[in-house]
Amino acid sequence: MGNFLNVAPTTLLVIVVLILTALAFFMARARAMAAAWGDARKLHSLPNYYGYNAAMMTAIPALFMLTIWLFVQPMMIQNSVISMIPQAAVSDGSSVNLVMSDVRRVANGLTTAVEAGALSADAARDISTATTDIRGLLAESGVALGSEVSAEVLNAAQRYRSMQATGQWLMTAAICVIALGGLFVAMRATTATFRARNMVERFILALLMIAASLAILTTVGIVFSMLFESINFFSLHPWQDFFLGDSWSPNFRGDSDLSILPLLWGTLYISIIALLVAVPIGLFAAIYLSEYANSKVRAVAKPLLEILAGIPTIVYGLFALLTVGPFLVNLFGRGENGILGVDWMSGATSVLTAGLVMGIMLIPFVSSLSDDIINAVPQSLRDGSFGLGATHSETIRQVVIPAALPGIVGAILLAASRAIGETMIVVLGAGAIARISPNPLEAMTTITTRIVSQLTGDTDFASPETLVAFALGLTLFVLTLGLNVMALYIVRKYREQYE
Amino acid sequence: MTDMSKTTAPRNSLLKQDARTVKRNRAEKRFKAYGIAAISAGMLMLMILLSTIIGRGTGAFQQTFLTLDVQLLEAKLDKNGNRDLEEIKKVSTFGYAPLMAAAMEEKVAQTGIVTDLEPKELGDILSKQAAAQLRDFVLENTDLIGTSVEFRFLTNSRVDGYVKGRVTRESIANDKNINVAQLDLVDALRADGALEKRFNLAFITGSDASDARPEAAGMGVSMIGSLFMMLVVLALALPIGVAASIYLEEFAPKNWITDIIEVNISNLAAVPSIVFGILGLAVFINYMHLPNSAPLVGGLVLTLMTLPTIIISTRASLKSVPPSIRDAALGVGASKMQSVFHHVLPLAAPGILTGTIIGLAQALGETAPLLLIGMVGFIASNPPDGIASGLMDPNSAMPAQIYEWAKRADPAFYERAWGGIIILLVFLVTMNAIAVMLRRRFERRW
Repeated sequence: MGNFLNVAPTTLLVIVVLILTALAFFMARARAMAAAWGDARKLHSLPNYYGYNAAMMTAIPALFMLTIWLFVQPMMIQNSVISMIPQAAVSDGSSVNLVMSDVRRVANGLTTAVEAGALSADAARDISTATTDIRGLLAESGVALGSEVSAEVLNAAQRYRSMQATGQWLMTAAICVIALGGLFVAMRATTATFRARNMVERFILALLMIAASLAILTTVGIVFSMLFESINFFSLHPWQDFFLGDSWSPNFRGDSDLSILPLLWGTLYISIIALLVAVPIGLFAAIYLSEYANSKVRAVAKPLLEILAGIPTIVYGLFALLTVGPFLVNLFGRGENGILGVDWMSGATSVLTAGLVMGIMLIPFVSSLSDDIINAVPQSLRDGSFGLGATHSETIRQVVIPAALPGIVGAILLAASRAIGETMIVVLGAGAIARISPNPLEAMTTITTRIVSQLTGDTDFASPETLVAFALGLTLFVLTLGLNVMALYIVRKYREQYE
Repeated sequence: MTDMSKTTAPRNSLLKQDARTVKRNRAEKRFKAYGIAAISAGMLMLMILLSTIIGRGTGAFQQTFLTLDVQLLEAKLDKNGNRDLEEIKKVSTFGYAPLMAAAMEEKVAQTGIVTDLEPKELGDILSKQAAAQLRDFVLENTDLIGTSVEFRFLTNSRVDGYVKGRVTRESIANDKNINVAQLDLVDALRADGALEKRFNLAFITGSDASDARPEAAGMGVSMIGSLFMMLVVLALALPIGVAASIYLEEFAPKNWITDIIEVNISNLAAVPSIVFGILGLAVFINYMHLPNSAPLVGGLVLTLMTLPTIIISTRASLKSVPPSIRDAALGVGASKMQSVFHHVLPLAAPGILTGTIIGLAQALGETAPLLLIGMVGFIASNPPDGIASGLMDPNSAMPAQIYEWAKRADPAFYERAWGGIIILLVFLVTMNAIAVMLRRRFERRW
């Protein structure tokens, strides 16, 4: 990414292209008007479209080329310079990449020294380690180097600089030619019968399409970023242990047990408790709001419940850690001093703590989704049931709920997927101990908490202990994706039934 | 007739319910009660949550201060007497400590409090930040050197906790940071009026502080971090989201590619936020080498996360513009593109804006992805000086700052975490209120 440091010439180039673009707009517009003898009605499109067309032709190819150039040039220079470094220059415990970063640092240091006036441009090209103390020289102009500069590194750095300078010139020339070429082509095309609006609109449509496909790009990015690192992980760590092992104990000296099962257990246990809280409350709230409540109660209660959904999860996390956890400890722990006089719970973090709070978070999720679905059940079904003499609750239980059941199941699945992927509540409320235990008062850990802890430590990025986070992330993604697809499928299928 | 039916009631009277009906009616009542109970349970949780936040967070907006008369001795602060700022800057906070110790002793003597505390223990009543506070003040008002000024110092978090009732004489039995004699002195100073609890603006505008000085920590810098992230999200997610929605709603042919895009978007909306954090770490930091902890990276990650929300709401508002508008535009000779950009989009704008604000509010409260791109674990100390530094320099964000405080061991930080939540919720409520207002004001029924 060396080029990103020389922003100034690149910025200048962009400004030049933009000026050309503005120029193209006015020139093409004027030319179109001239072609129609000043009468816009004789043109195919409105005059501005001719301007937009020319501006587009000038800017887009040039800026596109510029972006590609900025990505490709550093890679090409790097490849060429790496071939200059003999294998012998790579000392033990080092790698070509480390030497390369030394080269880059020396090269940038030389540039800084030239800019500071400590070195002439010619001297920077010609100095050698035999005659000059490079490290001392660079230190004078404020560039600190970790070690002495070897002859190979200096040569490579000088090569790097010269190639970069050449690349810079080539780039400037090429971009200017492309921009001017675009301008020229557009001007040639600008005649009274030229369909400028169609060109511009086709371009805008392309932009819209690109924006829409960004969603696919994001998904692809998610899958590939995790897939590659997961493959790395599985090449370092046996997959049997990951999927089938029974313990999780990362050990940063290596030889860790990294099994997903204890984490999956914690995740599912907490999610089930959360659903046990959220589903009855959410479902009954939805039934009451859609079947019994008058419009006044509905207008007050529904938004109030939905506030719960708008509260950030960090708030719930803090609530779990500092309020619900200590309350549960008072209830179930502390022996004689506790409320129940039992000593079953030692710390504030536990499966129950996280599960209860997550349940509160999910209430509005379940209730508003079920509410929509219950409302979608046609009134004729209810009327039929009432006509047969059923009471309101019988109608709901035996007619409305069965009719809405697929949708409700979909809502619950979506809530489950939300619970499995929730992070902040479990990071703060569930604890960090991986174990498979049926006791809800114990601290357990989840997939999401382990992703956070494995990726936020100061550890080597190539170790299985860090890479496991990507495998966990991929599992989480597949798990939630599966639940979502299933839920959406069920909901969609059900909706079609009554439309 | 009535008399007769009273005396000899037939077996199936309309006036007397039979056992089965009684049972059914009771079941009906019970069922309704479940509903009411569920709603009340939800409300109760909301009330508990909100009252906890307010009850525990409001304390953070107040802080205990001790007002002392400090002699700004020229001999200590400006030996040469030429008021050269560079020279005064060379005096570190250690140079200010003796001045404060003297002021403290003077205050104790002046109020006539009898105490057998050592001078060092006297000084411990003040915050560790107090010397820096005084130094900053002197550097800004060099003309006051040589005079005596009345200065309001932050007190230690334990003293603050004692005044607020968080710390009691019983709870400090094993606390090395404070002892009972110091609390006696605090009581005496309070009675004197020198030590008082008052509004603490520094909590809203200040920066985070290290573990030992919770009393000096504030939300200001992380608020700026959040602001820059929201700017990035707004600048990217709004145009991209609107463009994608226009394509899908107005132009996309009904084929399998469009289907894939649509399924994709609804799935992305439900992908756990932490997965976006992993994406950000892998793509923006490891692959593109963007700086760690930068609001730019945070903004990019949150953009990807908010896009589906914005697309879904924008499509809904585009859909609500009746087809007659499009037909009329096409009828007078507009192209399809012109009908969309000149007529449909402006009519859908209020709905799009509402959806965008709600999406932004969601992004503002999101924490998990920020943990992975490194926006926690350091002290966000200086506000950025400019747009480039605001985007690229390491910073925190409001929810990340709250998480950071929640993780620290000192309960004084918990109070600040709750206080931070109040600030965060104020922002969220404001944004949502604006969204609701926009909807009420501009919503059109066709």
